[in-house]
Amino acid sequence: MTQELPVVLPPRREARAPVAFERKLAQHDLTLRAAGVETLQVNVGKLCNQACKHCHVDAGPKRTEVMTRETAEQVLAALRRFRIPVLDITGGAPELNPSFRHLVAEARAISARVIVRHNLTVMFEPGQEDLPEFFREHGVEVVSSLPYFLEQQTDAQRGHGVFEKSIAALRRLNAVGYGVGDGLILNLVYNPVGAFLPPAQSLIETDFKRELLVRYGVMFDHLYTITNMPIRRFLDYLRRSGNEERYMQKLVAAFNPGTVAGLMCRTLVSVDWTGRLYDCDFNQMLDLGIASPLLQTIADFDPALFANRPIMTGAHCFGCTAGAGSSCGGAVA
Amino acid sequence: MAYYEEEHLGHFADMGQHRPDLFQKFMAWYQACQEDGALSRREKALIGLAVAHVIQCPYCIDAYSQSCLESGSNIEQMTEAIHMASAIRGGAALIHGLQAHQSVNKVSM
Repeated sequence: MTQELPVVLPPRREARAPVAFERKLAQHDLTLRAAGVETLQVNVGKLCNQACKHCHVDAGPKRTEVMTRETAEQVLAALRRFRIPVLDITGGAPELNPSFRHLVAEARAISARVIVRHNLTVMFEPGQEDLPEFFREHGVEVVSSLPYFLEQQTDAQRGHGVFEKSIAALRRLNAVGYGVGDGLILNLVYNPVGAFLPPAQSLIETDFKRELLVRYGVMFDHLYTITNMPIRRFLDYLRRSGNEERYMQKLVAAFNPGTVAGLMCRTLVSVDWTGRLYDCDFNQMLDLGIASPLLQTIADFDPALFANRPIMTGAHCFGCTAGAGSSCGGAVA
Repeated sequence: MAYYEEEHLGHFADMGQHRPDLFQKFMAWYQACQEDGALSRREKALIGLAVAHVIQCPYCIDAYSQSCLESGSNIEQMTEAIHMASAIRGGAALIHGLQAHQSVNKVSM
């Protein structure tokens, strides 16, 4: 009699949805293809001074994946050559990449609109104290996560002491002219502190504006609501807390076909720290590359080839199509 | 047998397997009540949460806790709504004490 060895399955990278995303699209006679390239979203690395519980990048202080200067130059070459209107820089904390300031300055020199996904607390790290002035000098658009206007919820997601530092950082940004109506844009990002969908963007923006001003004297321009994506650290949380099945059912039940036309993947190409290309930052974290046979790296990039490409999808895409939809620019429907 | 199953909440529509006409009428009315009107969805969700506690329905408590979060209420606001409902319930019990007093007084010298 032979003894059977136990089957050990690798951990699933993707959440399990009750229906495939492609099937859901087909049920509504929809397909998902790109509609041009307006934004190059560059993830310059996974190094971060924080380790937020919901982070889809799995970023943190011990991560060593950081974009080299050579790859950053390839990004700049693509921006120059193809005149892509928007450079959206993310991470990790992108400011910790040694090429970050060079990337921003050069991109601004060729008139690209530059968005930096700035976690606020990084400005208190050594050598980063002048970030508000640097952002102002280069007219950078700042987008910062602040999941709630209260300490308890924010610290529960982003770490002990993050809320207090974030408020101090917002005051510094306001002091140099960000978010106060002087043309320097400071947008905040709300995402649910747990396994539920965001409220209506306009409603929670009103709450944030009132509460941040009254409680802390802080101002900002717009609030983006972003749905937590069921990948990486947030998926780990869903599994640990027994919420995966219910959360996925919620996302699928809230599928809104009206969001599909405005999905960010339709006008964005995502670049990882090695220069590889993806349809979005979430696909990047799942190693879900651009549909072959398109060229796969920024060195080979040609927007004409990417303009009408089919988008690679997975169960996580239900996160961007639930309710009012979700994107790096907030709700889409 | 467990009397309450969490999964039942997601299978509420199964109640329409018999007398679907009645269930559909209920659902149309129920869903219309949730919409923005003179009261906002957020206010209605808080009312729903408060009532759910008074009637002590675990399905309703679960559903309206989610609704409150997804309409932008926080745990402090939700807790105040629950206190409000509980206070009214407590007050309602207490004022019946006057009935007890009346009953006692009626048979007392």
